Amino acid sequence: MSDHEYTPKSKFGKWFNDRLPLLTLASHLTDYPTPKNLNYWWTFGGILTFCLITQIVTGLVLAMHYIAHADMAFDSVEHIMRNVNYGWLIRYIHANGASMFFLAVYIHIFRSLFYGSYKSPREIIWIIGIIIYLLMMAAAFLGYVLPWGQMSFWGATVITNLFSAIPLVGEGIVTWLWGGYSVDNPTLTRFFTLHYLIPFLILGLVVLHIWALHVPGNNNPVGIDIKKPSKDTVPFHPYIVIKDGFALLMFMIVFAFFVFYTPNILGHADNYIEANPLVTPAHIVPEWYLLPFYAILRSVPDKLLGVVAMLSAILILAALPWLDTSKIRSAVFRPLYRQFYWILVADVLILGYVGAMPAEGLYLLVARVATAYYFLHFLVVLPILGYKEKTLPVPLSITEPVLGGSPNLALAKNKENFKD
Amino acid sequence: MSEKKTKRRDFLFTATYAVGAVGAAAVVWPMIDQMNPDASVKALASTEVDISSMDPGKTITVLWRGKPVFIRRRTQQEIAEAKAVNLKDLKHPEKDEDRAKNPEWLVMLGVCTHLGCVPLDQKGDYNGWFCPCHGSHYDISGRIRKGPAPTNMEIPEYKFVNTNTIKIG
Repeated sequence: MSDHEYTPKSKFGKWFNDRLPLLTLASHLTDYPTPKNLNYWWTFGGILTFCLITQIVTGLVLAMHYIAHADMAFDSVEHIMRNVNYGWLIRYIHANGASMFFLAVYIHIFRSLFYGSYKSPREIIWIIGIIIYLLMMAAAFLGYVLPWGQMSFWGATVITNLFSAIPLVGEGIVTWLWGGYSVDNPTLTRFFTLHYLIPFLILGLVVLHIWALHVPGNNNPVGIDIKKPSKDTVPFHPYIVIKDGFALLMFMIVFAFFVFYTPNILGHADNYIEANPLVTPAHIVPEWYLLPFYAILRSVPDKLLGVVAMLSAILILAALPWLDTSKIRSAVFRPLYRQFYWILVADVLILGYVGAMPAEGLYLLVARVATAYYFLHFLVVLPILGYKEKTLPVPLSITEPVLGGSPNLALAKNKENFKD
Repeated sequence: MSEKKTKRRDFLFTATYAVGAVGAAAVVWPMIDQMNPDASVKALASTEVDISSMDPGKTITVLWRGKPVFIRRRTQQEIAEAKAVNLKDLKHPEKDEDRAKNPEWLVMLGVCTHLGCVPLDQKGDYNGWFCPCHGSHYDISGRIRKGPAPTNMEIPEYKFVNTNTIKIG
């Protein structure tokens, strides 16, 4: 954090700032020294903020027309689609917005994995991020139930039944969650309330996430600690603002493509059939962004252990800063880790694919191997790699390899002396 | 022995904390319990079903407490098949006699014990039910034979009011 004193120029500004230092905060945010080598993978923080605001604004509008009642919810969504002025647009933005949100968050998470952004001193930023990710999944699941289609109903049934795996109290918890003996109207009304609440919790956590980020400052593609402010940094405004803005525009093109050209491609046709508690759709599949975890759940042939495996797959990420024993942050200087990283990416994509397929035959076998590898990566590969891997020499500063042309430590040191 | 005596002030602190904790719990519990099934949900506890028109080999599905209940009139062959199963082969060993009081009529909750989907009739490797969600196979007695479900499909409380009517619940 830059600790320079800020004094507003105007007399009123000074008067106000002495009472509530908002201008000091604004000055900190605009001057915030940012590594000058941040690439486009670093623009997803801003994109995610945009996604959150989009979901909150469109959600607020949808809530003005939606009716949270088992007999009326399905029709009220169709009412939004057909009768409400621009209702189709707002609902399609909200529905596809959820997918865009997850697309961005997965890129954001995998960027952290590649460049080691979760490592000391950024563990708290990372853990807050994992909590945000968990809340996002909760919000997405709850929101998916609200249209009260077949997938809504059966998705809600399957996911709430996960809690029945808990020994002794499981059944009681499920009945408590439902407010009845099955997913029904009481379930729908509480899901609507919680779906409305969670985005604001996320917003609060995003503030903490950014606050925690501004303490050590951004990681960067080289993954080294840098002096701030220095010749290695640029002020957040205008440099990063412009770059983030450009990336956001590119992202919005993709977003708009889905909304205007294929608004239903990421959904399921079954959800345009009203919920029917007597008929389970032949093939229940969650939304694409939950598929890898769904594959892990199904790959374990025991109910309780399946649920435990699925939850562990997410929670293991929170322990990542301690499971990864390597001192080097960026994969750029970790030739072995770089290969395992891409294997993990492939592994998660494979899990996502088999999660969408029926749980039988070859798909089940592949899901089991991929699940085993997922845990192997975090529990075995990462801890050992930190000790065994021969890493490449890391430059002393961001500027050094650009101006000096060599990441060689000795050379860099010589040059540093020469310049001063 | 410590010289520190329990003072009047210590007593007041402890008493205040204790009352505060009880008060907080008394406020939190209603907030939790309001989510449990309410009186109107509990009131819909039983359903009567007319079975006079059912031929052997037919299954009907009725809604009870928001959940499907399967009522199957089993054929003699199916009854024999259900009884012939060796209990040692079962994940959740239950005799068919204990599941169907009147062997011709199987009345059970049509809810997969894995994650609550409705299994499909006359499907799967055991001629009984098959859950399409995560691939659990049940036999003609509704017992789990293969797949992730931990237990047999549940038998609700029911009785024959007369030869043509079953009361569930």
